[in-house]
Amino acid sequence: MPKIEPGDLDEIGEKIKRTMLLREGSGRAKIIVHMGTCGIAAGARTVMKAFLDEIESKGVKDVIITISSCAGLCSREPMATVELTSEPAVKYVDLTAEKARRIFEEHVLGGRIVAEYALAAGSERTL
Amino acid sequence: MEYRANAMICTCTNCISNGSLQIKEALEAEIRRRELESDILIVPTGASGLCVKGPILVVQPDGIFYQRLKKDDIPRLVEEHFLKGRPVKELMYVPPGQEVPIPELRAIPFFKDQRLIALRNRGMIDPDKIEEYIARDGYKALAKALKTMKPQDVIATIKESGLRGRGGAGFPTGSKWELCRKSRSQLKYVICNADEGDPGAFMDRSIIEADPHSILEGMTIGAYAIGASKGYIYVRIEYPLAIERMETAVKQAYEYGLLGKDIFGLGFDFDVDIFRGAGAFVCGEETSLIASIEGKPPEPRIRPPFPAESGLWDKPTNINNVETWANIPVIINWGAKWFSEIGTETSKGTKVFSLAGNINNAGLVEVPMGITLREIVYDIGGGIPGDKKLKAVQTGGPSGGFIPAHLLDMPVDYERLREVGAIMGSGGMIVMDEDTCIVDIAKYFLEFTNDESCGKCTACREGSEVLLKILNKICSGHGEETDLVMLEELGNAVRDASMCGLGQTLPNPILSTLLHFKDEYEEHIRNKRCPAKVCKALITFAIDKENCTGCLLCAKKCPQQAIMGEAKRPHTIDQDKCIKCGVCLDVCKFDAVLVA
Repeated sequence: MPKIEPGDLDEIGEKIKRTMLLREGSGRAKIIVHMGTCGIAAGARTVMKAFLDEIESKGVKDVIITISSCAGLCSREPMATVELTSEPAVKYVDLTAEKARRIFEEHVLGGRIVAEYALAAGSERTL
Repeated sequence: MEYRANAMICTCTNCISNGSLQIKEALEAEIRRRELESDILIVPTGASGLCVKGPILVVQPDGIFYQRLKKDDIPRLVEEHFLKGRPVKELMYVPPGQEVPIPELRAIPFFKDQRLIALRNRGMIDPDKIEEYIARDGYKALAKALKTMKPQDVIATIKESGLRGRGGAGFPTGSKWELCRKSRSQLKYVICNADEGDPGAFMDRSIIEADPHSILEGMTIGAYAIGASKGYIYVRIEYPLAIERMETAVKQAYEYGLLGKDIFGLGFDFDVDIFRGAGAFVCGEETSLIASIEGKPPEPRIRPPFPAESGLWDKPTNINNVETWANIPVIINWGAKWFSEIGTETSKGTKVFSLAGNINNAGLVEVPMGITLREIVYDIGGGIPGDKKLKAVQTGGPSGGFIPAHLLDMPVDYERLREVGAIMGSGGMIVMDEDTCIVDIAKYFLEFTNDESCGKCTACREGSEVLLKILNKICSGHGEETDLVMLEELGNAVRDASMCGLGQTLPNPILSTLLHFKDEYEEHIRNKRCPAKVCKALITFAIDKENCTGCLLCAKKCPQQAIMGEAKRPHTIDQDKCIKCGVCLDVCKFDAVLVA
């Protein structure tokens, strides 16, 4: 292992930045893939894998992927919710790996909602 | 590889002894079985702090806190949470006296009222990976100090921050460094004192196990400020895991050029060795610790000269405690002003306490100085089991004192604790409920210090012996009025005449209880009564004829066959045979055993 200089610290940190953001629970964007039994049966794992592949291949550091249970609209699974900081969450329905990649590119990275796949903006109100 | 979740499994000594390594194996196996290896990363971490609830697993990014895990829980946890995204409520933390679990770590009162500086990386990093420490601003303070600050600037910053030694005495750290800097010598040493010996205390162990690099970075900054070229980390051998993690950390730091010659390529050299102490309590005293490293019997010596002038191998030496060192990088990164805004007028920053005794959330807490004992015991600690009444909080371990319940709203800092006869110490905090006998517990601490007294000076060696004898006499019902005067006079004499901190502080448990709980001593002496019903010689067990149903359970369980009676008729206890073990009291279902 080479001896490091002060400037190398950031580089070392940058390499695992995504992991650290994940542990802090913070990031610019959060993608929730709904993975209840219905979601999994409809192919939610492929959708989630597509998101993870995008993150890896594009070297994105500040996006967190997480899963949750059934979103209640089982007939439209696989579903995912995209939350950008300080913007309303958007729910996408009838997803495929292909659609997931486009959502990642346009909405998560570009900030433009992919209206044709979106169900609605906003999440349910709790209590 | 990009993961979607990190499973942070606590592998501190406490959790390991509760089986966390088996949980980790089960987790790995189940994740493989479910083909989730590319989704979920398992990360071993140091203590999360809520040690009593171990083994603990925190799932990030959502911060779901699982506790008291068993191997059999793992398949369900993996299927529900990792596969289907449904966190498992049954494995979450439920606050004492409530029914609804709290899923997120940050929402649990125990965690949310804490402020982490020394423990900033606990549960967030794998202590065996230097890269993870670096990713959380690790070694940036060292780079800053070496690149942009003169040694004097570093000392000025630490002085300005108001940081005081976290090992017990509370001496200002910056001034201590300055004294050592001013001593002229080619060779100087810095030492990290990790000889933690107070019964029930585990602050230092937890910091090393969770974040060893924070100590190495702090020590290297200190060495630069003082002009030392060699450092020792004195860890007791009873801490094998802490030693192992520290060894790994030292090795990695050398590989990265963060220890050794020409650190960061900036021309400063500093070497570190780990020294395993055999575990005598007196080694926490700095001159004994130095003698121990030199291979001599661990006995203290008269100061002055102070180690800052003549310490290890007669060279100028600066010793700080683990927690003090762990604070240093943060102060350098964030500045003296930021640090000095936390805490009280005279005590800055935070303090780590190991919370133990009659408390629901026993564990490791870091809180800002100035927090009240009430907040620590009731908000963070979750109160006392069985809703019993608080009697006293004991701080500072065997060198410390007792704070009675009516002073619960007192802010915690060095001066306030001293005012009431207690000390900050290194951070032991033992909570005692109404069933605790004050005389008995003072006796417990004296037994410890009497045992650990090195024997070099008469005041400590003989004084502790006589103090203990008097306490034994009081507990066995032979106490006399004059004993109280004797305890106080002798206690003061031992405090004044002993050579080192061990002897100077060992009368504290007696003196502080005489100050706050004198009536309890008097009750033992005058009425031969132990109000808490603990001292065996002063209590008797009897059976309440009204409540006794004659079930014979106590008679069957009594190890002395001291309980007589027939079925369905009230029993009686033969006082001559009774050894006061209390088994009858424990087994009786009808509240028919009376203790008087």
